[in-house]
Amino acid sequence: MTDATLDHAAAAPRKASGLKIGRWVLYLVLGVFCIYYLLPLYVMLVNSLKPLSEITSGGMMALPKEWTLAPWQSAWSTAQVGVNATGLRPYFINSLVMVIPAVALSTILGALNGYVLTKWSFRGSTIVFGLLLFGCFIPFQMVLIPMARMLGLMGLAGTVPGLVFVHLVYGIGFSTLYFRNYYAAFPTELVRAAQIDGAGFFTIFWRILLPSSGPIAVVCIIWQFTNIWNDFLFGASFSDFDSQPMTVALNNLVQSSTGVKEYNVHFAGAIMAAAPTLLVYIVAGRFFVRGLMAGSVKG
Amino acid sequence: MSFLDIRQATKSYGSVKVLHETNIAVEKGEFLVLVGPSGCGKSTLLNMIAGLEDITTGDIAINGRSMNGVKPADRNIAMVFQSYALYPNMTVKGNIAFGMEMHGVPKPEREKKIADVADLLQIGQLLDRKPGQLSGGQRQRVAMGRALTRDPDVFLFDEPLSNLDAKLRVDMRTEIKKLHQRLGTTIVYVTHDQIEALTLSTRIAVMFGGHVQQLGTPKEIYDNPANMFVAGFMGSPSMNLFPAKVAEANGTPAAEIRLADGATAMLPFAPGKMAGQTGRDIVLGIRPEAITDEGGADRSAQAVHTIEAPVELTEPAGSDTFVVTQMGGKDVTGRFRADVQVAAGDRFPFSVNMDKAVAFDPATEARIG
Repeated sequence: MTDATLDHAAAAPRKASGLKIGRWVLYLVLGVFCIYYLLPLYVMLVNSLKPLSEITSGGMMALPKEWTLAPWQSAWSTAQVGVNATGLRPYFINSLVMVIPAVALSTILGALNGYVLTKWSFRGSTIVFGLLLFGCFIPFQMVLIPMARMLGLMGLAGTVPGLVFVHLVYGIGFSTLYFRNYYAAFPTELVRAAQIDGAGFFTIFWRILLPSSGPIAVVCIIWQFTNIWNDFLFGASFSDFDSQPMTVALNNLVQSSTGVKEYNVHFAGAIMAAAPTLLVYIVAGRFFVRGLMAGSVKG
Repeated sequence: MSFLDIRQATKSYGSVKVLHETNIAVEKGEFLVLVGPSGCGKSTLLNMIAGLEDITTGDIAINGRSMNGVKPADRNIAMVFQSYALYPNMTVKGNIAFGMEMHGVPKPEREKKIADVADLLQIGQLLDRKPGQLSGGQRQRVAMGRALTRDPDVFLFDEPLSNLDAKLRVDMRTEIKKLHQRLGTTIVYVTHDQIEALTLSTRIAVMFGGHVQQLGTPKEIYDNPANMFVAGFMGSPSMNLFPAKVAEANGTPAAEIRLADGATAMLPFAPGKMAGQTGRDIVLGIRPEAITDEGGADRSAQAVHTIEAPVELTEPAGSDTFVVTQMGGKDVTGRFRADVQVAAGDRFPFSVNMDKAVAFDPATEARIG
């Protein structure tokens, strides 16, 4: 036993150096993967900052010889999108006007649903939850025609509020799922204590549950924001020219050719379309992991 | 009519009856403890008093007012939960003030109440902290403080001490009792710990299987258990219960018991007990403190009998020594004085105080004498 311990101690330094080499190999592999995944962003960024002539002459990977912001200006405010030369700006605004209420409403309604399903559960509440969950997995294509009819009946066809409605309906399933699971781990005794203290249904929600819902709210907001901002199918199906979201407009920008394909403008537009989701991830990302882990371990 | 009146209250979940017809009348200022093992219905009954669970049938009235359909907030009750249920996002002060705020108490009055309660429970220096920064005992105090601000008709405690460590539990127990003596509020207290029940209460309801098995003062419950469940559940170490037969010895009824070595011994009952029941099989119940060494026997008792029995095991506990022998095929513990020289394997005289012995029917488990 003692011999074995001594042997082990002697082997330790050798083992440490072996470990070090292992580490370097690991970092090298990780570095390669990192570059591999960042390459598309690099290409987009670099090419959006050079004149078109530099791209067409074949220097996709090279840094710009002549740095220019002209493609960005063009993509933002003057490029041909569809029939009008408006740039992407109005569509960016459309997307913002669509995504903010859709995310806010679906998150709040999801939180309310989760609260009711866990703390005020009623006969059949598991069935209601099951149906909401089922709603998450209905393929988009299946609802296109019924939804178009519904929007027509509601007078919301081809408008931004119509898109908000569609995304709200689709979003509630997921946001309910998130909040229900989070609140299931929330101590019911707190709700009972608040009841005895005299707090009503909404007071308990606003004063007791919501202040403790930070992590899951961030998860829900990131998820909804990314999905709604990036959606193309609903945007293409249910919008008119003046209510198109950014994704559809980007497609139109790329498709509308007035002779030459302005790749540098397209790259700039694509970055603009991706920027808000990137920003949300960077700002709220660390809460995202924390929220996903919440409930899995006690803490 | 009593202050808190539980009349024929029952509770069912679907076809499962968790609380059978229960009648308890609590007078103003009483400290009622509901005690029983988990799943006996004690917490359900408490939640029904609080209004957190509906009553299936029957009626609960507080201060002469029927509580059926009255919201928890309007019952003028306060409750302390097992997990303390402090709102994690509010400070201690916010926690204590929340109930008053909800009931529309004006701010200056709230401040005064908070100061009073903080003073009473010595939590003044904690008021600006969050519950997460408090120790278990401090959280317990804050939870009680929150309940105290309400000046409730009835205080409800749901196993408030079970999350504390052993020493703190004893300290807080004393403090709750002091608080009750000072304030004189009616208290209903749920616990599974029979020591807490005996030390705190003015009356105890022992519950099992959704039935109240016995309702009485701690002394009644301890000395005169209504059935074998109550006898076995209350007291630590628990009451010795072992089979015996009623026989006649010198013209008086006696319990005939079999010892470990096959010998039988006769223990005459106290005068007047078990007359005319000769030949009946019974379960005899004798508490450890009624089985002692000869010198430790109660001098004022009328029916102390000494039998010699082989000692199986001794357990020195500092203040006493517990000595285990066998009677009727069951281990029987006696409480000897600490300095008695006794060792396992000895034959030793055991003095049994038959004044304190109780008898149960082996089939129904009910008390017969």
